[in-house]
Amino acid sequence: MEKRAHISGWTLPLLLILPQMAITVIFFYWPASQAIWQSFLREDAFGLASEFVGFENYVSLFEQPEYYRAMVTTAIFSSLVAFFSLACALLLATQADKNIRGGQAFKTFLIWPYAVAPAIAGVLWLFMFHPTLGTLSKPIKAIGIDWNPMLNANHAMTLLVLSATWKQISYNFLFFLAGLQAIPKSVIEAAAIDGAGPLRRFWTVIFPLLSPTTFFLLVVNIVYVFFDTFGIIDAVTGGGPAGQTTTLVYKVYADGRLGGDLGGSAAQSVILMIIVIALTAIQFRYVERKVQY
Amino acid sequence: MAGVTLDTVRKIYAGNVEAVKGVSLGIEDGSFCVLVGPSGCGKSTLLRMIAGLETISGGEVKIGDRVVNQVEPADRDIAMVFQNYALYPHMSVYDNMAYGLKNRKTPKDEIDKRVKEAARILAIEPFLARKPRQLSGGQRQRVAMGRAIVRKPQVFLFDEPLSNLDAKLRVQMRVEIKRLQRALGVTSIYVTHDQVEAMTLSDKLVVMSGGQIEQVGTPAEVYRRPETRFVATFIGSPPMNILPGTVEGPGRVSVGGQSIAVTDMRDGLTPGSAIEVGLRPEDVQAGSTGTSSLSMDVDFVEELGATQLFHGKVAGAEFIVQASTGQLAADTRKLTLAVDPGNVHLFDPQTTKRLGRA
Repeated sequence: MEKRAHISGWTLPLLLILPQMAITVIFFYWPASQAIWQSFLREDAFGLASEFVGFENYVSLFEQPEYYRAMVTTAIFSSLVAFFSLACALLLATQADKNIRGGQAFKTFLIWPYAVAPAIAGVLWLFMFHPTLGTLSKPIKAIGIDWNPMLNANHAMTLLVLSATWKQISYNFLFFLAGLQAIPKSVIEAAAIDGAGPLRRFWTVIFPLLSPTTFFLLVVNIVYVFFDTFGIIDAVTGGGPAGQTTTLVYKVYADGRLGGDLGGSAAQSVILMIIVIALTAIQFRYVERKVQY
Repeated sequence: MAGVTLDTVRKIYAGNVEAVKGVSLGIEDGSFCVLVGPSGCGKSTLLRMIAGLETISGGEVKIGDRVVNQVEPADRDIAMVFQNYALYPHMSVYDNMAYGLKNRKTPKDEIDKRVKEAARILAIEPFLARKPRQLSGGQRQRVAMGRAIVRKPQVFLFDEPLSNLDAKLRVQMRVEIKRLQRALGVTSIYVTHDQVEAMTLSDKLVVMSGGQIEQVGTPAEVYRRPETRFVATFIGSPPMNILPGTVEGPGRVSVGGQSIAVTDMRDGLTPGSAIEVGLRPEDVQAGSTGTSSLSMDVDFVEELGATQLFHGKVAGAEFIVQASTGQLAADTRKLTLAVDPGNVHLFDPQTTKRLGRA
């Protein structure tokens, strides 16, 4: 059964889609095309003149060891954040889905971190784990770890993963909770009667039924870590120490804004854009085909 | 195999809502027991307590000789068929049926044997590799039954298993469930709000209302001798007619000034006291016996094919008469009804209990 409203003429439909089209064009296509054009140009240091250099920006990009390092950093960072934020959110959602006292308040509190701006979240965590000021640094030092995210790259990365994960849990939590609530209760009860304990029930019934949600969240989280963690990185480590927590998106900013290399920065943006388009395409193909029951 | 015994079982929900008010019931090994009642009467809650899906607030549930109040559903050796089938959507039909056996560490070849046998009995062999979403409602229902029978449990529990099927399929599955239960001889407890299902399936019929048992008996007993007005009007379709009347003397009551004879009437009722007189629409005949008859004003007639329902009023109360088609003219406006004294049911207007011979 197909339900369709028929509108004669072109004026009204065009008017109706115009606002959305305008937003997409102004905020996406226009800057994107600017970036693509700029990635083929090289500007002088003062921004007074530019020349067309073809793929030279891309070539020089792939000659930089720093670019590969940023790729590796991004890969590590995104897989850690995606894994931990999904795992924690799933754990919390399964608990919140139970009929517990104060469950509603619990759910509300869990959603709050999502309303915190990334940079503020970063500063918050930086204060807690600051090597000299942080309240939580003292106990860490007390157990014999020379905690210093300002100097130690591993410590810096840990702190970033913590803050980025913390912020993303809320979002994942909401989706997992909705996913859990969509599973018919009788299916779980049937599994209980079928002799499956709580853990076995989770892994053989609940988790498989959540797989479409999980896959969707995985893609969304990766995109989140790729782009939206910029504020956190800028506030917590500024890409340091010694550029060791510089991700691809932070490098776009560092090279373009701080380094003044607009062409190289634009080339990086274009590559990032391609990555995201690829991720989204994979998501759509998968969600519609494989992860289904 | 095992019977099920309930001893003053209670369910009290938060806020002191008592859903099941002290139900005691013995279900013999191998029998088919149907719990029937309107929605909210506590029948499903009772079933879920037997299954272990609801905690038991008071009393005792026994399966065989074992008290199972604190036993996990998995360890009660029961199988349940749910209203929405509750099949695992991500598993094939085969895996759906094998799941319970796998959880119990049954050897692979034994699982295979049992699943194939159940599939053969239920005629779902061609669908073993399919997912539930590729099956029709009736086929899903069979898979749910298959999942129950492969486990060879002590007790089958059915929670309104046919209510999601269309009318024709429901009749067919009803017969199959009965046949299957006979063949396997497993004690079964079946919850439904459909009185036809209840009458046709049960060896033992339990009518419930308001968290309590109204009557227990064979379907024939419950139909022939309803113990309360509720049972009288709930079992039977169209429902029993209830008329206001007064006691005249031993074996006689009066309805709107018309005297009728009653066989099953308690001794010692005070003449002149109010009483409720129950007559099944199929138990009254047109015609007059002289000593025991009622006059009826007919409003309209419903055609059911083989029978006709005459709707109208007797002594100011709604009344329905069921007659074979052709027996009465459809334009009949006045009817005289002959009442067989053996077919009159009397109820106390206050307690609603039957006022029959002790």
